[in-house]
Amino acid sequence: MAVIDLANPTRFLNLVNRVLPWLVAATILVFAFGLVRVVHAPDDYQQGATVKIMFLHVPAAWLGMMGWGLMAVAALGTLVWRHPLADVAGKTAAPIGAAFTFICLVTGSLWGRPTWGTYWVWDARLTSVLVLFLLYLGVLALYWTAEDPGRGSRAAAILALVGAVNIPIIKFSVDWWNTLHQPASILRMGGSAIDPSILIPLLIMTGAFTLLFFTLHLAAMRNEILRRRVRSMRLMQAASA
Amino acid sequence: MNLGPHADFIIAAYAVTGVVVAILIAWVTLDYSTQHRVLDNLEKRGVTRRSRPADKP
Repeated sequence: MAVIDLANPTRFLNLVNRVLPWLVAATILVFAFGLVRVVHAPDDYQQGATVKIMFLHVPAAWLGMMGWGLMAVAALGTLVWRHPLADVAGKTAAPIGAAFTFICLVTGSLWGRPTWGTYWVWDARLTSVLVLFLLYLGVLALYWTAEDPGRGSRAAAILALVGAVNIPIIKFSVDWWNTLHQPASILRMGGSAIDPSILIPLLIMTGAFTLLFFTLHLAAMRNEILRRRVRSMRLMQAASA
Repeated sequence: MNLGPHADFIIAAYAVTGVVVAILIAWVTLDYSTQHRVLDNLEKRGVTRRSRPADKP
């Protein structure tokens, strides 16, 4: 089957029904393995056991940004090719991305209090992630409140593309401005600054959360395709009445 | 496992994450069963997504 064939919603549903059970199993397995590694990971020499919050905070931050990147690519599909599956992908990524951005903000705040002495500061990294969360809420409002679903989708797609400017701002905020938030410690020139005993569990947890994101996203896309079928059937029923 | 003097913050972070992930899983699971049920009901009543072909003259 060619990749372009998956753009057909019926073929896509068949693929999701085949892939989803395997994705669920892989997510559970990688999470179980990751959590065992987290329990056995050593404390940080400065932060003590609070470093365990990092195993949630970093994957959630990554997924908050990845979710928006996915929405931006889907927005191109919606605006340029007007493909319904692209709109489905963008619409269903929004609540999942918003949820992970919320986790990032809350866990960051709970990590900040014992390490920085405060739950919140208006520095560039924290503020730009808060902006990302507010942008997610804006996209959701456009999807959920528009009377005409097509118009709501196009408006949300435009906001997804404009809001993508915020992603590099989040990434480089710690380099461009003087922030309380630490600079990049995983993806940086010269290799990771984290000891392997903590880095490996972190990478496994990041993999587990990423699998969870795609599992939830595919399941939500399947639901949205079914919802659109229900809507078109009800329209046909109303037209024939 | 000793979580030290800041155990409350660590437990709260894992609890919030667990609750949010549980809400996401419940959302996709319940939504799937709802859409599937509604679709089945419509199909049983003979409703289709395609219009009937026009009568031949």
